Amino acid sequence: MEEKDKENNGSSGGTTRRQFLGQVGLAGAGLQLAPLLAKATGILPDNEALPIEPITVNIMINGSQKTLTIDTRVTLLDALREKLMMTGTKKGCDHGQCGACTVLVDGRRINSCLHLAAMCEGSEVTTIEGLAKGDDLHPMQAAFLKHDGFQCGYCTPGQICSAVGLVKEGRAKTDAEIRELMSGNICRCGAYQNILAAIKEVQNA
Amino acid sequence: MNESLGKPIDRVDGRLKVTGGATYAAEYKIKNLAYGAPVLSTITKGRVKNIDIQQAEKMPGVIGVMTSENCMMLHTPSGSDPGSGKFAEKDLLPLQNDRVLYGGQYIAVVVAETAEQAEQAAATIKVTYDEQKPVVGFEANFSTAYQPGSGLGGAKTQEKRGDADAAMQSAAFTTDETYTTPVYSHNAMEPHATIAEWNGDKLTVYDATQSVMGVQGLLSNILGIPKENTQVYALYIGGGFGSKGFTWANTLLAPMAAKQFNRPVKIELKRQQVFSAAGRRTQTQQKIGLGAGVDGKLTSIKHDTISETSFVDEFVETAGVATSMIYSSPNVEVKHSLVRLNRGTPCPMRAPGESVGMYALEVAMDEMANKLKMDPVQFRITNHSDMDEQKKKQFSSKYLKECYQRGAEAIGWSNRSAEPGMTKQGNLLVGYGVATATYPANRSASSAKATLFADGHAEILCGTQDIGTGTYTVMTQVAADAFGLPVDQVKVKLGDSSYPKGAQSGGSQVSASVGPPIRAAALGAVSKVVKMAIADEKSPLYGKKEEDIVVNSGRIQFKDHSNTSESFTDVLRRKGLDKVEAQAKTNVSTRQQQDAAPAPDGSPEAKIEAESKTNAAVQADEKTDRKDYVFHSFGAQFAKVLVDPDLGTIRVEKIASVMDIGTVMNLKTATNQIMGGILFGMGMALMEETKYDPNNGRIVTRDLAQYLVPVHADIPEIDVQFIEKPDPFISPIGARGIGEIGVTGMAAAIANAIYNATGKRVRDLPITPDKLIA
Ligand code: FES
Ligand code: FES
Repeated sequence: MEEKDKENNGSSGGTTRRQFLGQVGLAGAGLQLAPLLAKATGILPDNEALPIEPITVNIMINGSQKTLTIDTRVTLLDALREKLMMTGTKKGCDHGQCGACTVLVDGRRINSCLHLAAMCEGSEVTTIEGLAKGDDLHPMQAAFLKHDGFQCGYCTPGQICSAVGLVKEGRAKTDAEIRELMSGNICRCGAYQNILAAIKEVQNA
Repeated sequence: MNESLGKPIDRVDGRLKVTGGATYAAEYKIKNLAYGAPVLSTITKGRVKNIDIQQAEKMPGVIGVMTSENCMMLHTPSGSDPGSGKFAEKDLLPLQNDRVLYGGQYIAVVVAETAEQAEQAAATIKVTYDEQKPVVGFEANFSTAYQPGSGLGGAKTQEKRGDADAAMQSAAFTTDETYTTPVYSHNAMEPHATIAEWNGDKLTVYDATQSVMGVQGLLSNILGIPKENTQVYALYIGGGFGSKGFTWANTLLAPMAAKQFNRPVKIELKRQQVFSAAGRRTQTQQKIGLGAGVDGKLTSIKHDTISETSFVDEFVETAGVATSMIYSSPNVEVKHSLVRLNRGTPCPMRAPGESVGMYALEVAMDEMANKLKMDPVQFRITNHSDMDEQKKKQFSSKYLKECYQRGAEAIGWSNRSAEPGMTKQGNLLVGYGVATATYPANRSASSAKATLFADGHAEILCGTQDIGTGTYTVMTQVAADAFGLPVDQVKVKLGDSSYPKGAQSGGSQVSASVGPPIRAAALGAVSKVVKMAIADEKSPLYGKKEEDIVVNSGRIQFKDHSNTSESFTDVLRRKGLDKVEAQAKTNVSTRQQQDAAPAPDGSPEAKIEAESKTNAAVQADEKTDRKDYVFHSFGAQFAKVLVDPDLGTIRVEKIASVMDIGTVMNLKTATNQIMGGILFGMGMALMEETKYDPNNGRIVTRDLAQYLVPVHADIPEIDVQFIEKPDPFISPIGARGIGEIGVTGMAAAIANAIYNATGKRVRDLPITPDKLIA
């Protein structure tokens, strides 16, 4: 009996991942994503060798221009953590389910584990390492410290980047709205009440 | 005097954590690092017939594939080395044979130049199995239940006083119900990760662990290398909650692969892998019988728990461990039994035992209060235990009645209607619930080293770790006070196995265990400086008596004559010393009620023990007579919930939690710890559940979209209060640990509030809307 995980094999009917990728133009952007994803969905035979050519991307990270030659499969999160050794951004799930990897791309908060580095050509990325100005903490960092908005600290860079993005969005007016709009960032240590206090302090400053 | 203990100072590691500068296990820059991607079993029971690695080995960047056929042999942990930690699955050292005993068990590790290459190669590996019919389904296997040995820390699994059955028969009121709790997964935000690097026969490991000393001992034991050659670091840990207390296979596989392929190797588990290969809480079924008289006094308590363990180790969730001490009753019977299933082995998860046990017992208490038509708070006070009636010993300190009273005020208990379903807020039903919280106050032997430097700053080294609890911070406060220095002059270093042995971060024991030796070592260093000064003609303190010298802001002075004084710096500089060091070990254990065995002759620890014999603080601490006392923390948990009667949706509106934990070392970190426990209890009550496929026994809820944990929008208003009375016997600091008590009783308080709101009793956690409107 051959055992391979077949859980992801259902791609019958409707638009296939390959067609979908073609439609949104990713495949045309020179990224070899489509065959890779097609393989993951079982469209290609298992043994088909995949030509993974490295590509070069230019990303502005915390104000400094980085040129990366990377495997197209590398997420922005892994590019930061493993290639640039900027480990402030955390990996909690790699699936867009926890928010630990939140960074700001062109001012918007995103899950960097769901973003391929190759998609960031020309983007401006701000990570937790880019928030403080020298020894002066960003007001959100200072507020997290003052209100004890963390315990283990593993979700914290993501929480802070997300909170900075949230304040900038200007959508959250009430406690309930802040809580709702911060719900993509899980804190298993449970420091939420203190995180709320920190965000409110910055928002009302 | 510098009194920093008790002040709500900011975390000393906070700046690093808010700037992304704290380094967790997977984040060390190691030259030439290779990446390991595990291949896990897709069957639940059987044997591996063949692993086809040909395709994988040819893939770009692949360095090699480690399987049971080519990996190094491991030594079975001896268990006789008290310094070593616990390997979670003693009968399943990774890759040592072809047996598969649960789904998601390690079959191979692919090592490649990059993580992407390793993962893709791992996906091409074809494993063929001889599949056997697995033992799945908890209830379906009750007929195989057996009586286990002791639980964690030697906890008794069967206890009895009086005759609970006879008392039940003659009781005026009885309840007898069955409560069930599912498998829960810790889901610390940092997945388990290990980096291993060999340098000749020396091994360095960066591990996500709750015990650097335990991992050092285990690696030395299992890999067969001397402890001195095994260096383990865990400077920052992204939460553990018990999942990193026992050691899992990743910690062994990384050094095995690193040896085999002659490269430093990192293994970082995927969230999905954490569910199957890194621990969980066991499933339980608990039957609770209570008997009471017309006066509301309990006459009988029966607590019978069935839980499950794996085929590769025995872990007992001692759900009934608090049942024999928490209430006064002449007749008690506590039983535990276990069934074995083809699942990964369970392990401690925040308050192992009390978390699920105090859920069941405290819901049963609510059911009895209803039968008696007694207020549930009053019912608990009526049955308050003034002593541990099972062990027949006094509590070291206990202010539980005050906890009930303050908690009731904080939640607005007077607004509660005794009749369920009577109070509404808009169209929502309002309910209030209460439960008792308790957890043992553990303390174990620990040691530390203190150094006072001539430039006026000081340092502490201790082989414990901070898993997010605030250990760095509160220990800085303890040390600062003992050194007589401001906190910013004191650096506490943890998470390094070369330091004097500190406690593991489990069982809420770190603060109570390492605080006293840290304090004693710091006092020891100061005493050395004082002795130098009073023996030195050039010192203004020359000829004075040591007991007349006090320490204040880095200066030693004669009683309250601040003019007759000098700084540490002056004393050391005159002597031409750049530092003075002291080590201390306190051999106190509250759990076994006996002192730990002395260290083997000639070991570094034996040296610390010898020095400790002349340390006044250690001597005073060790001589405290503790044998007539049991050590527990207590608390009262209150919940207010709102339930939509049509949809069954539950909103926890407010939690009030009043805790009697002895000295509060830092109000900020202590409050945060209790809040974290509360949210664990809330997740347990309302949403968390690890589900297994009933046919093949594999975990189906393997990520954070299917395994729900409380998120920001779920969070109620939380009011945490402390009694703040020092425990006079546990240690000179008077603080008991607080990592776990916050979760105990919380699920029951919420369940009881839901009953009060709806009149519906759901006895199967989690209480989800479907169960409520069924
Ligand atoms: S790591 Fe990206 S959301 Fe969890
Ligand atoms: S601080 Fe530990 S997960 Fe948020």
